Amino acid sequence: MIKSLRFRAAVVSIAIFLAFIGVWHLATRQTASVGTMSPEYAKLMGLTATSGKSAMPGPLDVGAKLWEHLKRPFYDNGPNDKGLGIQLGYSIGRVGLGYLIAVIVAIPLGFLIGMSPLMNKALDPFIQVLKPISPLAWMPLALYTIKDSSLSAIFVIFICSVWPMLLNTAFGVAAVRKEWINVARTLEVGTFRRAFTVILPAAAPTILTGMRISIGIAWLVIVAAEMLVGGTGIGYFVWNEWNNLSITNVIIAILMIGVVGMLLDQILARFTRMVTFPE
Amino acid sequence: MTTKFISIEGIAKRYPASQGPGATTIFEDLWLSMPSGEFGCIIGHSGCGKTTVLNILAGLDEPSEGTVIVDGQAIAGTSLDRAVIFQSHALLPWLTVMGNIAYAVSSKWRKWDKTKVRAHAQTYIDKVGLTGSEHKRPSELSGGMKQRVGIARALSITPKIMLMDEPFSALDALTRGTLQDEVRRVTLETGQTTFMITHDVDEAMYLADKIFLMTNGPGAVLAEIVENPLPRDRSRIDLHKHPHYYALRNHIIDFLVTRSKTFTATTPHHDPRHVPVIRPAFTEAPTMPSLHSATR
Ligand SMILES: Nc1ncnc2c1ncn2[C@@H]1O[C@H](COP(=O)(O)OP(=O)(O)OP(=O)(O)O)[C@@H](O)[C@H]1O
Ligand SMILES: [Mg+2]
Repeated sequence: MIKSLRFRAAVVSIAIFLAFIGVWHLATRQTASVGTMSPEYAKLMGLTATSGKSAMPGPLDVGAKLWEHLKRPFYDNGPNDKGLGIQLGYSIGRVGLGYLIAVIVAIPLGFLIGMSPLMNKALDPFIQVLKPISPLAWMPLALYTIKDSSLSAIFVIFICSVWPMLLNTAFGVAAVRKEWINVARTLEVGTFRRAFTVILPAAAPTILTGMRISIGIAWLVIVAAEMLVGGTGIGYFVWNEWNNLSITNVIIAILMIGVVGMLLDQILARFTRMVTFPE
Repeated sequence: MTTKFISIEGIAKRYPASQGPGATTIFEDLWLSMPSGEFGCIIGHSGCGKTTVLNILAGLDEPSEGTVIVDGQAIAGTSLDRAVIFQSHALLPWLTVMGNIAYAVSSKWRKWDKTKVRAHAQTYIDKVGLTGSEHKRPSELSGGMKQRVGIARALSITPKIMLMDEPFSALDALTRGTLQDEVRRVTLETGQTTFMITHDVDEAMYLADKIFLMTNGPGAVLAEIVENPLPRDRSRIDLHKHPHYYALRNHIIDFLVTRSKTFTATTPHHDPRHVPVIRPAFTEAPTMPSLHSATR
C-alpha cells in the first residue's frame, strides 16, 4: 500500500514535471514578431529578439547550457567567467564558515541561557531587539568595520543563522524534563557531566531543529549578500549573468540554488533524525 | 525503635500563596524515624505531601524548616546512598536498558572501566529478569519492564536507602504482584532501608514493617504509625488468611475513609513528636472502633 502510494506519487510528479516542460517549451517556441516589441527594447535585447526567437530561453536551451556547465563545472577564465561549481563552492564555503561560527557561539550561549534563569532574563532584551533585524541591514556596518567584502558576507551569514540556533538551544535546554535532571542529581553527577550526558542528548532534537532552520535562512541570505558585495559566489553569478542578459544562465543558477538548498536541508534533516529518540 | 537510621526532625514545607501575601502550609512539624533495615510505607490521600516528604528525604527538595538526619548526619542535597525509584520510571529514553543502568553504575564508581561497569550492570539486569533486553530502548519496553529497569538502576548503586514514589501504581495487578515479590525479596536480602509511598493498602500490608498514616492536606500531619502484625515470612498469596489481616486492613481503610479528614479536629492534643504507634490485632470484633485505642 505504502509502496504503491509512493509509486503513484512519483508518477504524478513526473507528469507535472513533463507538463511544466511542455508548457514552457510551447510558450517560448512562438516567434515573437519584432513588430510588437518596442524598437528600443528589441535593440537592447539584440540578436535574440531580432532573429525572431523568444527572448525567454526554452527548456531545450537551458538543458543544453546546463549540460555544458555540468561537463566543466570548475573552469576559471578570470573574474567574470568561472565555472558554476566554483561559484557554488564560494557560496557554500561562506555559508559553511559563517554557520560554523554561529554554531560555536549559539550553542554554548543557548546552554547558558537555558540553564540560568538570570542570564535568560538579562539577555532577553538584547535578543528581542537584535533578532528581527534583517541580516542585510548589517552589511554596510560590516563593510565599514571589517573592510573586506568576503568577510562581511560571512558575518552576515553568522548574524542571520545565530538566532534560530540560540533560541532553540535555550528553549530545548530549559525544557529538559525535570525527572531526567533529578535522575542525574540523585546519582551525584556533576554540572559539567550532567550537561553532556543528560541535557545535551535531551535537547539535541530541538537544537538540531534550530540548526536546520538556520541553514535554510543562511542559504537564502547568501544569494542576496553576494549580489551586494559582488566578486564571487552564486549570488554574484546570478547578478552578473543578468547584466550579461543571459537568462539561460540565470535560470540555471536559480535551479542550482534550489538543489543546493535542498541538499543542505536534507543533511540537517538526517542529523536531526539521528539524535531524535522515541519516548 | 532503638536506633534512628533515618530521622526526620520537625520538617515543614510551605509554598508562597498563589495570590496575595502569606504561604500555604503543606505540612508542618513532621517527625518520623526509622531504624536501619526497616521497610516503611506512607499512606495518605492525594495532595497531602507524600511526594514532598520523599523528595526532601532524597535531597531533591528542601524543607522550609527542620532537618533530616541520616546515619547521624544532616543531609545536604542528593546522595548516591539514597536511590530513588521514580513514579514515572524516569529512564533516559536515548539510552538502552544497559546504558541506563551503566550510567548509574559509572556515576557511582567513576574509575571503573567499561567492562567492569557492564558486568556489574548485567548482574542487576539479570536480577530483575530483564536478561535479553539489554539493548532495547525504553520505548520498546512495556510499563512493567520499564519499572524493572528503574528498580535495577536503583539497586545497582547498592544504596543504603531506597526511596520509592508509587513505583507500581501505573501497572496492572499481575505485574504489580510479581514486582512486589521481587522488591520484598531484594530488600530482605540486602537489608536496605526502604521508604515507599503507596495508595494501595494491600501493597503496604505485604511490604511494610511500619505504615505511616498521613491526614489530608493542607496542613497535613502524621497521625499514626501502624506496626505490621503479620509475620515476617508472609507471602502475598495467603496474606489474607492470617488472623490479624482484617484487623490491620480495616484499621487502615477506616483511617483513609473517615478519620483522615476529621483527625485534626477530633484530636486537639496530638503531639507530632510522639505519634502513637499502633499494632492492630485480631480481637473478637475486629472491625469495632475500639481498635483505635489499641496497644500503645
Ligand atoms: N511548586 C509548588 N508550588 C505550590 N504548591 C505545590 C508545589 N508543588 C506541590 N505543591 C502542593 O503541595 C501539595 C503536596 O504535593 P505532593 O506532590 O507532595 O502530594 P502527594 O501527597 O504526593 O500527592 P499524590 O498522592 O497525588 O502524589 C499539593 O497540594 C500541591 O498542590
Ligand atoms: Mg505524589
